[in-house]
Amino acid sequence: MKNLSDLKLGTKAIIDSFSDKELALKLMEMGCLPGEKIHIERKAPLGDPIAISISGYLLSMRKAEAETIFVNEIK
Amino acid sequence: MAKSNKITVALIGNPNSGKTTLFNALTGLNQKVGNFPGITVDKKVGACQISQLASKNKIDTEFIDLPGTYSLYPKSMDESISFQVLCDPKNEHHPDVNIIIVDASNLKRSLCLATQVIDLNTPCILALNMMDLIENDGVKIYLKLLEEKLGVAVVPINARKKIGIGNLKQAILNVKERENKNSFVDIKNLCPNLIEDIQKLLNKASDYNAFQIACNYKTITDFSKQDKGKLDNIISKHKFIAKRLQATETVRRYKAIDQLLEECIEYPENSKNNSLTQKLDNILTHPIYGFAIFLGVLFLIFQAVFSWSEYPMEIIDNSISQLSQFVTNSLPEGALNSLIVDGIIAGLGGIVIFVPQIAFLFAFIAILEDTGYMSRVSFITDKLLRGFGLSGRSIIPLLSGAACAIPAVMSARTIPNWKERIITIMVVPLMSCAARLPVYTLLISMMIPAEQKWFIFNLQGLTMMGFYLIGFISAILIAWLMKYIIKSKERSYFVMEMPTYKTPDWRTVFYTIIEKVKVFLIDAGKIIIAISIVLWALSSYGPASKFDEIERKHQNTENAEVIIASEKLESSYAGIIGKSIEPVIAPLGFDWRIGISLITSFAAREVFVGTMSTIYSVGDADNTKSIREKLMSHKNPDTGEAFFTPAVALSLMLFYAFAMQCMSTLAIVFRETNGWKWPVIQFVYMSALAYLASFIAYQLLS
Repeated sequence: MKNLSDLKLGTKAIIDSFSDKELALKLMEMGCLPGEKIHIERKAPLGDPIAISISGYLLSMRKAEAETIFVNEIK
Repeated sequence: MAKSNKITVALIGNPNSGKTTLFNALTGLNQKVGNFPGITVDKKVGACQISQLASKNKIDTEFIDLPGTYSLYPKSMDESISFQVLCDPKNEHHPDVNIIIVDASNLKRSLCLATQVIDLNTPCILALNMMDLIENDGVKIYLKLLEEKLGVAVVPINARKKIGIGNLKQAILNVKERENKNSFVDIKNLCPNLIEDIQKLLNKASDYNAFQIACNYKTITDFSKQDKGKLDNIISKHKFIAKRLQATETVRRYKAIDQLLEECIEYPENSKNNSLTQKLDNILTHPIYGFAIFLGVLFLIFQAVFSWSEYPMEIIDNSISQLSQFVTNSLPEGALNSLIVDGIIAGLGGIVIFVPQIAFLFAFIAILEDTGYMSRVSFITDKLLRGFGLSGRSIIPLLSGAACAIPAVMSARTIPNWKERIITIMVVPLMSCAARLPVYTLLISMMIPAEQKWFIFNLQGLTMMGFYLIGFISAILIAWLMKYIIKSKERSYFVMEMPTYKTPDWRTVFYTIIEKVKVFLIDAGKIIIAISIVLWALSSYGPASKFDEIERKHQNTENAEVIIASEKLESSYAGIIGKSIEPVIAPLGFDWRIGISLITSFAAREVFVGTMSTIYSVGDADNTKSIREKLMSHKNPDTGEAFFTPAVALSLMLFYAFAMQCMSTLAIVFRETNGWKWPVIQFVYMSALAYLASFIAYQLLS
């Protein structure tokens, strides 16, 4: 299991769980649920924030926020 | 349905779902924008009449455009408003009907909020926006089945193209209570007895409404202390942990949505990928091209607000002076004439003059928002600004502050986080705005000879640039300081959707401009007119005996008008105040004449030049000298040397760089923060900063 923030650009992964309960609620409402497939689609010029594609749309978040999401990489 | 004949309809939906476009399509120009009481969330209410097809009766309908949100659980002030209006039946805007607007291309995520709202059991209509677009992509939605499963009417629309608006209006009249009142998530199962206890307290609340209230009742402003106390007891009795159940609820809700969508929607084999958006993002978020294009966009905005708006401003300026000329000549001379011309018309002119700048800036902002580019700007600049307590969205308000602080402060509304919004508003007026230019130009020309050079650079130009830098650097530093001082319970999130690119909807752009201009003219205008009249009274009235004496003294002098004006200003109340503050401003190198100018230029910084010109007209009966010559020839009574030494000029420039010498900005900050607290803090800190900077500069140099 890895932190979402550690993944390289272009990797795909499946969300496993969250470490920040409050942020998790917001993320889940926006469709980031455990079991959902994501794709690291973009990083900002300074490496932070990042943008992931999830259930058909693009979602951006800061690296610190991505750190609270645990994922399993799809090889 | 409704108690009176009027139907109240709430529009609710995710951000970027086309909610505001739909609101505009439904209500046209028939809208009012205000603030919700106590906070700085826009309250947009609009009205229209719907004709009943059968009877041709016209039904008055009021629409309220609720802030966009992804769920009913509030995480910011904006979202709290949506929650309160929908979940608290006693709320003054509690609707009879909800229109839930849903982006058909993002159905799964949109249905989270939609099914939450449906579970409240207020009659609902689902407006399926941009339905035609996804049908072109080969996606099939079985509308009848969807209606059946959701238990509410589903109306396909395209808000931009105004397709389906008529059907939607008819659906409002025909809306029915939901027959199947089961929640999408079996909420009673999650916390059985608690729901019943709350329902006993607030009768008729649906299971889900009771659950929502259990989670968030503390944020409802309409609830009495008593009610909240009772709810406290219920919560502790059942050991209810809101956060955990909210998470469970959300997971189960998405499961239900997944099931529902599996039956109601069919995707084509090769599912869509937004290739155009991807290609554009490759360029627009590119480390080099991305920033280069953003700089280009900024340059364009700056050009528009700074130079293009000059033409309409000139026209306004000329019309205002023609109007005052006309009134001066057609009314009998006297106090009323002066009040109308120098007080009211001058005040009005001072307000209307800002309209072109506001219009230009918001035209650009609306285009950037509507196309989806604004979220990319946040994306690429967030890291740079985060350390200073600002966000990616602060960059446009901050930089447009270099043209004029008023539209800049208004544009801070697009910053979702309260703290970042307040900090941005607080520091924007430090940026060197256009009104400081005439003051700087005059003072620089007195301080530095035009021919003086530093290497190959003209020193006057360099100094001017230096003052722009001072503005920018101080804004950033103060923002950084405020990051530590201002406390906020609200967490700053950057979790944000990056919508697909669209061509701008010109109607939305147009409505945005109208709305912002209206807000400024009406809400800020009232305050500006009031202050203008006070300033006018201060500078045109004084102890009567003094004024008579001046008139008498110059009865037989030729060309006395200029001198009389000057002496009258000196003995007016403004003059008296100017003289009485002299001891306070003397350590900055200022005398009472500058004191008077500081007071009158509170109307607008550039007034400084005019006031100085009037005061220093004494002894220049022909009024032939330029203002610069007048000031330069003024001698210090103690030393007999020139009064305006470089130290005085620099001190004065620094004062104008920092001081909050602009009533219009204060008025708009009052409007945008919904109270006097922040404008007062801003006025005090900026004045303190100005005093300190001038004091240090003068004391070191003189």
